[in-house]
Amino acid sequence: MARIIVVTSGKGGVGKTTSSAAIGTGLALQGKKTVIVDFDIGLRNLDLIMGVERRVVYDFVNVINGEANLNQALIKDKRVDGLFILPASQTRDKDALTLDGVEKVLDELSEQFDYIICDSPAGIEQGALMALYFADEAIVVTNPEVSSVRDSDRILGILASKSRRAEKGLDPVKENLLLTRYNPSRVERGDMLSVEDVKEILAIPLLGVIPESQAVLKASNLGEPVVLDEQSDAGQAYLDAISRLEGNEVDFRFLTEPKKGIFKRIFGG
Amino acid sequence: MAILDFFRSDKKKAASVAKERLQIIVAHERSTLRHSGPDYLPDLQRDILAVIRKYVEVDQDAVNIQLDNRGDDLSVLELNVTLPEEK
Repeated sequence: MARIIVVTSGKGGVGKTTSSAAIGTGLALQGKKTVIVDFDIGLRNLDLIMGVERRVVYDFVNVINGEANLNQALIKDKRVDGLFILPASQTRDKDALTLDGVEKVLDELSEQFDYIICDSPAGIEQGALMALYFADEAIVVTNPEVSSVRDSDRILGILASKSRRAEKGLDPVKENLLLTRYNPSRVERGDMLSVEDVKEILAIPLLGVIPESQAVLKASNLGEPVVLDEQSDAGQAYLDAISRLEGNEVDFRFLTEPKKGIFKRIFGG
Repeated sequence: MAILDFFRSDKKKAASVAKERLQIIVAHERSTLRHSGPDYLPDLQRDILAVIRKYVEVDQDAVNIQLDNRGDDLSVLELNVTLPEEK
């Protein structure tokens, strides 16, 4: 049985796809057989972030409709063993995903994978509800910014009421907070909500803090998940978060401003 | 910049304003959205209003309906109808 994890946020543009790609890739690097499923029907982007956009032949909706089998649609990553991507369809039919169809595909994936990462679309419509419905765990991606925190709280409410676990009265979906685009210098100046502030408001366990980093844009430009950039702060922060996801205790890094050298102190930069 | 910051230090930091605003709105939305009961409540409220209107002319907001969970095996459906004063 696979662990089904939804990466969600409510608000768009906070880093769901970047995080799905990084976490999925990182889990596969640890030797876990992992598939990342793009639920953003009509606006797929996981393929681009993973650098496999030219290898998409069949997609999630084709599999649901029986136009292709799962193995035809799964794209095997060429860099990391045991990593697969199931791309979303570019159809405009917003009801292309059905609960039965999604369940069938997830059941089949569950037989061959250790982890299923569901990359949710923004919003609280059909696609987002489908992405979270079957989840055992949720990673709520949040920026230290008012609208993102508020939307994350909404999504937590939906996880607690609209997921399969909620409807069937099972153990609740396990909630994890992933704070992204964190800028320690701005926090220290009092211009940005701190980790503690966001934790206090959302009141869920903290999985990771990803610093605002140039490496993230570079990674998406190249189509290489940021964890493959091992030198980068963001890549390392994601690897820490993945280790925590697997039950390890890891100290939080990148929460304070990097020490500036004497020249930078004087001349700025 | 440090000197400017010094003169501005009496102002509340933006982050703490953000935190206060969030705490208020999130608490409010949790109480109204998260615990507002099952999805059928709005429909139920509309139907009850329609039935009452067959007999009495009442306002849109004359019917107030709430579901309270009191313990594991007791839910109370509370229905409040404000009737207009007799003329």
